[in-house]
Formats: sequence, C-alpha cells, structure tokens
Amino acid sequence: MTPMFSHIPADQRPTLEIFVDGQSVQARRGDTVAAALLASGLDVRRDSAVSGVPRLPYCMMGVCFECLVTINGVGNRQGCLIPVEPGMQVEIQRGKRELGK
Amino acid sequence: MSVLHSDSYDLVVVGAGPAGIAAAAAAAAAGASTLLLDENAGPGGQVWRGLTTTPLTNREMLGKDYWDGEAELGKLRASGAEVIHRATVWSIDPSLQVGVSHGGSSRIVQARKIVVATGAMERPFPIPGWTLPGVMTAGAAQTMLKSSGLVPSEPTVIAGQGPLFWLLAGQILRMGGRIDVMLDTTPKGQLAAALPKAFGFLTTPYFRKGLKMLAEVRSKVRIVKHVTRIEAHGEGQLDRVTWETAGGKRGEMASRLLLLHQGVVPNVNLAMSVGAAHDWDKQQLCWRPRLDEDGQSTVPGLYIAGDGAGIGGVGVALARGRVAAHAALTAMGRKAPASGLSAARAELAKANRGREFLDLLYKPAEQFRIPEGDTIVCRCEEVRARDILSAVEIGASGPNQLKAYLRTGMGPCQGRLCGLTVTELMAKARGTTPEQIGYYRLRAPVKPLMLSELADLPQEPAAVKAVVR
Amino acid sequence: MILRDVLIIGGGIHGCATALNLRHAGATVTLFEKDYAGRHASGVNAGGVRMLSRHVAEIPLSLRSMAIWERIGDLIDDDCALDCHGQVLVAESAADFETCKARVAELNRLGFTHEELLSAAEVRRILPAVAETCTGGIISRRDGAAQPARATTAYRRKAASLGADIREGVAAGLPRFQNGLWHVDAGGESFAAPKLVIAAGAWSGRIAAHLGEPIPLVPVAPMLMITSRVPRFIDPVVILRSRILSFKQFPNGTLLIGGGHLGQADIDTNSTVLDWRKLQISARTVSELFPVMRSATIVRAWAGIEGKLTDDLPVVGPSLRHKGLFYQCGFSLHGFQLGPAAGAAVAELVTEGRTPVDISGLSMARFNAA
Repeated sequence: MTPMFSHIPADQRPTLEIFVDGQSVQARRGDTVAAALLASGLDVRRDSAVSGVPRLPYCMMGVCFECLVTINGVGNRQGCLIPVEPGMQVEIQRGKRELGK
Repeated sequence: MSVLHSDSYDLVVVGAGPAGIAAAAAAAAAGASTLLLDENAGPGGQVWRGLTTTPLTNREMLGKDYWDGEAELGKLRASGAEVIHRATVWSIDPSLQVGVSHGGSSRIVQARKIVVATGAMERPFPIPGWTLPGVMTAGAAQTMLKSSGLVPSEPTVIAGQGPLFWLLAGQILRMGGRIDVMLDTTPKGQLAAALPKAFGFLTTPYFRKGLKMLAEVRSKVRIVKHVTRIEAHGEGQLDRVTWETAGGKRGEMASRLLLLHQGVVPNVNLAMSVGAAHDWDKQQLCWRPRLDEDGQSTVPGLYIAGDGAGIGGVGVALARGRVAAHAALTAMGRKAPASGLSAARAELAKANRGREFLDLLYKPAEQFRIPEGDTIVCRCEEVRARDILSAVEIGASGPNQLKAYLRTGMGPCQGRLCGLTVTELMAKARGTTPEQIGYYRLRAPVKPLMLSELADLPQEPAAVKAVVR
Repeated sequence: MILRDVLIIGGGIHGCATALNLRHAGATVTLFEKDYAGRHASGVNAGGVRMLSRHVAEIPLSLRSMAIWERIGDLIDDDCALDCHGQVLVAESAADFETCKARVAELNRLGFTHEELLSAAEVRRILPAVAETCTGGIISRRDGAAQPARATTAYRRKAASLGADIREGVAAGLPRFQNGLWHVDAGGESFAAPKLVIAAGAWSGRIAAHLGEPIPLVPVAPMLMITSRVPRFIDPVVILRSRILSFKQFPNGTLLIGGGHLGQADIDTNSTVLDWRKLQISARTVSELFPVMRSATIVRAWAGIEGKLTDDLPVVGPSLRHKGLFYQCGFSLHGFQLGPAAGAAVAELVTEGRTPVDISGLSMARFNAA
C-alpha cells in the first residue's frame, strides 16, 4: 500500500532497522514508532479493543491513544511518544491485548 | 528510575513546551532546584516540536517563530534545571507529590511548588467517519512534518478553521506536500462579528503574517468556503470525503487523508485530576482553570502556565511560564530578581493582545462540536451521539453518570477526545449550560500505568497519595 | 407541608430498594439524595454479588438477596449486567486452608450449604492462572458480579416509575420528631411522615448522633483500580483469606482490583484521597497471586465514600429509641449484594412491623451492650 505520507527530499537522516510483526522496516533515526509505521507502507491498522474495527493514529501528540502498539513485548505503548531504536520489535495490536505480552 | 538526582525539588514543571521551558529556566536560574518532566523524546512541546532533531534544517521551511525556540531552550540549558524526557507524570496530589514513570519504572517525587504546563490539544472534531484510518488531526500532520519531515503524498483534504489550519496548509505546500482541497468551516458572517475586536489583533505581528499565509495558500489550493457538513467515508479506510456548504452546494473528493482542525483547547486532565477548579469559558468554548494573577490554581502551590491555562499562543505561554516561576520563587521566600515578576506580567499583558479577535473569528460552529445520530462521540468505547441522548432520556444528568451507563470517557484516553463533546451534547439535550452539566471527575493515573510499575515503586518514607473526587 | 407514609434519606441501592418495595406495598414515599442515586458507595464499588465468606449474622439476608438478584431483570427491568461464575476464596497457606475447612464445617452445622471446600487442584482447575502457592479454597457457585451504578440507577428508575418521589440533588436537613411525625426540610420544602428510614451510607452516623442514638460509624474510602481490556482469562471473582484483595474480570475484559485498602474520605466535600502506598500493596498482592497481571495496564484508580461500623456489620432494623425510625446503614464495604433483600426487609419492617428474614444479629441492640 502506498503510504499516505512521504519523507521530503531534504530529510537526510540515517535509517535504522525495526521489525513490524517480524517484517524488516527501515525507519529514520528520530522518528517516533507511530510516524515510522505510517511511513512504512505496511498495513499498520490496529483493531479497536471494543468492536475490533480498524484504527490508525489520530493526534500524534499523546492524547488520543489510537497509536497503541506492543513494543519489545510490552503492550499498550503510545507509539507516538516513543522514538524508534535499532532492532525494535513492534507488534500491531489486534483486538484486546493478551496479558503477559 | 535512577535518573533523578533527588526525591524532592523546589519546583517541578510538567511539560517542556514554551511555558514549561520558560518556567523551569527562570526558576533554576534563580537558584531553585528545578525538575522539568516531559513525555516526549525532546523539548519544544507542540509548537517547537522536534526543535533539536527536526530534519527540516533549512530555516526557511519552519520560519523564524519556530527557530525562536532555540533561544529559550538555550536559557533552559544554561539554567541548571534537571530535564527528563520520556517521563510521564501519572499523578499529582494536593500535597504536591508527583508520580512519574520513566524507562519502565516509577518514582514519587516531592515538590514545594509545581507548574503544570501540559499545553493544549486540538478540539474534538466529531464528524461522521472520524474514526476511520486516514482521518487525523491537522496537528498530527504538523507533528509528522516538524519531527519527521513527512508530508501528505496521496489525495488529501484539510477541513476546519483557525490559524493553525492555514499555517499547516502553507507549510505542507511549501515542502512539496499534497493538498487537494481545503474545506473552510468558518461560519458565514463570523468575520463581521469579530471585526469590532480586530484593533488589538491589527497591532500584532500575527496580523501581517496571517495575511501573507492566507494569500499564499489561496493561490495554490482549491478552497471551499462556509462548509456546514463534512463526512468521511470508507470501509476500514478512508476513501472519500463529502461536504455541503451554507449555500447548499454539495461536493466530494476521493481521498486517502482527511486532516481535521477546529482550534485548540486546554489539555486539562492533569490539573483537573489534582482537584484544581475549572470554569467554562464561554468565548473559547472549553474548560479553563481558575487561576489567580500569578497563575496559581485553587490547589495551593499548583501553578498552571501555557495554553493549559487558556489558549493564548507562544508569547502568552512564555510570559505565563515566567510569571508562574517568579511567583513560585517569591512564595518560597527565594530571592528572585526584583524586576522578574513585574517584567513577566508586563510581557503577559502585551502577549495577550489580539486574542479576542481570533476567538470570535474562529469560534467553531455548533454542528462540528455537537454531533448527532450515529456519529461516534467516545472513540475509545465507541459510543455514539444517539446512545448519549438515550441515556439522557432515561435520566443521566451529567458526564459521570454517563460513564456508568455507557462507559464514555473510561477508555485509555480518559475523556480527552470526548469530554468537551459530552458536556456540550448533554447541555444541549437537557436545555442547560455546560457549566451546569460539568465534566468527568478525572482520576489518577492520568496516563495508563503498568501494574508492575506500581507494584515495584521504591519504598520511601514520604506519604504517597493522590487526589480524586 | 408534604405528607407521606415514609421518608427515606439516602439514594444508594439501599434507599432506592426500600423505596421500590414500599411502593409495592402501597406506601407513599419521598426519598432525598443530596447528590444523585449511586454517586457514592453504591455506584462506585466493585460490584461483587457475593454470599461467600459473609459473617453468619448476614447470611440469611445475603441468601434472600441472592434469590432476588437471580431474577433482578424481572424486578427492575434491567439485568444490571449480572454475570455469575461463582466467587472463590483462595487459601495461600496451610493455615489458610485449615481455616477454610473449619469455616465450611461450621456453615454446614448451621444448615448453610452455599460454601464448598475446594482442593488446591480444584482451585487450579477453576483458576488456571493462579500462583503455585495456592493451597485450596472455598467456592460459592451462585455468586458473581454486577455493574453497581447501573443497578442502583435501575432501582432508582423503577422506584420512580412505581410512584416513589425521588429527589436527587436535594439534601435532607436533620430530621426531627414532632406530634407523631418525622419532619424533614429539604430543597426549600417541608416533608412529614410517620416513618423515616436512614439509608445515608457514610453520612448516616451524623444523623444517628443527632437523634441521640450514636453508632460507631466511620466514613472510609475503599480504593479500586481497573485495567484496560484484556481477553478473558478468569471467570469467577477471587478473594483471599489472609490478605486484602478482590479481583474480577468484567465481561468487557477489564480487570478490577479492590478489596478494601482505604484512602481518605471527606464527607463534607465529597472528596477522597488515594493512598498510592496501599494501592501498591494491592498491585503486589494481585501480581503475586496472578503473575501474568504484572503486564496489565492500570487505566484508573478511585475511591468511594462508605460507612464502616466497628464490628464490620451493618445496622438493619428499627431504632431502639424512637418510634417510626429505621436504620439501614453501615454496610462496611460489603453492602451492594445485600441491597435488594435489605430493601425488602426494611419495607416489611416499616409497613408490617416484622420481616421473615433473620436480621437479629444486625440490630442496634448490639451497641447498647455497654
């Protein structure tokens, strides 16, 4: 899927590798997890915890909680507040999050 | 959470936007032990987001107002204040103890005074389809632009009103991003209503800049004026936006991205959870904290600065931050520079000019604040306008009863994205005022907290409490 | 002056249930609630519908209440989201388990059969996620949980639809007895009735003291925490023998952690102050019992204001000092399940002078012993 957003040519930051549901993604250093996901071109829609409808980030500033993801095994993290780090394992949350992961 | 140098500080500041930076810098420079906590990866808040890391290093791109933040940040760095990023404050209690989470563990810190500078958030914009993937706030797009150099590259619609609406469009276009149509929701006749208050605005630098920005955007993008209805359509993903104007004209556009904006409102969750009294602001149509002239709330020792004290913009935020810091220093009996408080107050009075004009001009229309029918009000719990009206019919008299009936406001966002809508919707349905209806009783933790972090809090002699009502 | 058969002070589940039953008996009623029905303990408690582990003096009332809960939808037109998968008391040591054995034997001797002893293996079968330290337990199979605010509101609504005059946002003045009638001034009006019921929760102590009949009631603020939604992993409600904990998963997936650690209550301002040190103990207890809980996210903590009596038993019955006065208060953190039967029993006492359910152990008489 073509991403809705693209990096401007002036953005010359180095990239780093993260994994989204096991798939390798090149993210830019300094991006938040939520921004990296939106720029990845992958289908990163999570399921809502109530009815399971798809959702994507809405506010990108920490208030809407639509960007919740599992990062390195810890669930319900606000992807818009956390910068990417090399090797980070990101899982898209489908439905209610399982306890213990 | 070993990064903290101490368990107690003269001043704890929450939020590293303009107000928080100014407050922490002023306090630390005057010798107060100062801790600045911010949940983002770097300083700047929303307006100076990405100040130290933005890939938009060509200064033309974000303009002078953005880069002005560097000077304030420089003062903060020189001041000796302890600054911690990615630190989430989850509780403040009336004895000024601060629960803060950082790096997967939590601590409780005792403050003598606190400045809450949690800023603003965009007003909820509950239109049909606003929960579809591909519908975002304009502020979200601006965040992506400033911190990641990301601009819309697929068919994009921007809808709403207010200074940020135009500013963002200008920035996206300047950087080669894509905007197909702008839906201006400013109601017909509102400019005429605002004009009597325009004098203050005309004397501000915003006026000239604003005109330039409008001209630039208008020359490049199709603009639909006086839009009265907007709907987002799609199955699991936005694919089409439809609209209607005051003149009855309908339009539609195939679109992957819809950016919504109808102004900003104070982000009140933290201050309310401490028990600070808030009043309904009839002009800005939002809650604002009840403050004295120093910015002190009804909770002794708890100051509120920046847009969280009432929307005023960068200049006002800086001034309020400095006023609060100097007042807190004075209250602690610390020797602040004699001229500090009066100079900060003068700065504040000047910065406030022109606000009333903008408030009147960009007062959002009722149909974009008070939805009906199937439109979702509470995104987290997926509660619709008609559910709320039914609950009112069987006797729900305020937002707190609605929580019990429908779970509105009980999801992870804790009412941030539905609170204002619920208050105004219930006020309208019951034929009363937002003030009478009130707001959610907000609870700590104001941000979700891992159970293990609470279980593993270090044992400290200090009492560990937070208020709820 | 507005003349009624009965006046009720307090719009929790108790006052509202009494109002409803009085209407069934044909009595005219006005109920005063200073905030709104279910604003305090009745609306913000853990929602436990529990016969398990009750003091023997409460058991007859609790059994009668359970029978009403099981057909609650017929009575108040709302199922209150009642969800019954039993409640389990978990023993965490050999000594705990011995206490459990003795308890079940004692109840059997008294003729009560609702509590059954469980071996450690049986507890693990019912609660697969429970820690290895569990040594057994007791189950009450008909128990469960409901949504407290919804239940209290449904009682209020049904009572009103049957003709009870429910006045929310109206604080009752202190009552006085004059010319054979109880007088209450409220909301700028005067009310009088031959009968008065005090069902004012944490605020009841003040009224009792004013009437010269002090009861050792302390306002307290039991604290609760709730997590975000997770997939179902526990069916019954869990309580402990030796530590404070009540733990359950609602049908929507959220997990409620409570049990009675206390914050501070201020009955003049309706405010409560959480004690994070004690919530920390709750967090530790639950994560020791269910290690998987460490990764749960707490989205909210709160406290309700409740009246606790020194012996942790309520007062349900007539005043010993005044004619026409009845108490229904001091439920000491476990009154929600008792609401339906207490409302029925007090309505019977008010209209007929007696009730078939044995509430002798809940009488005011126990405070006059000294």
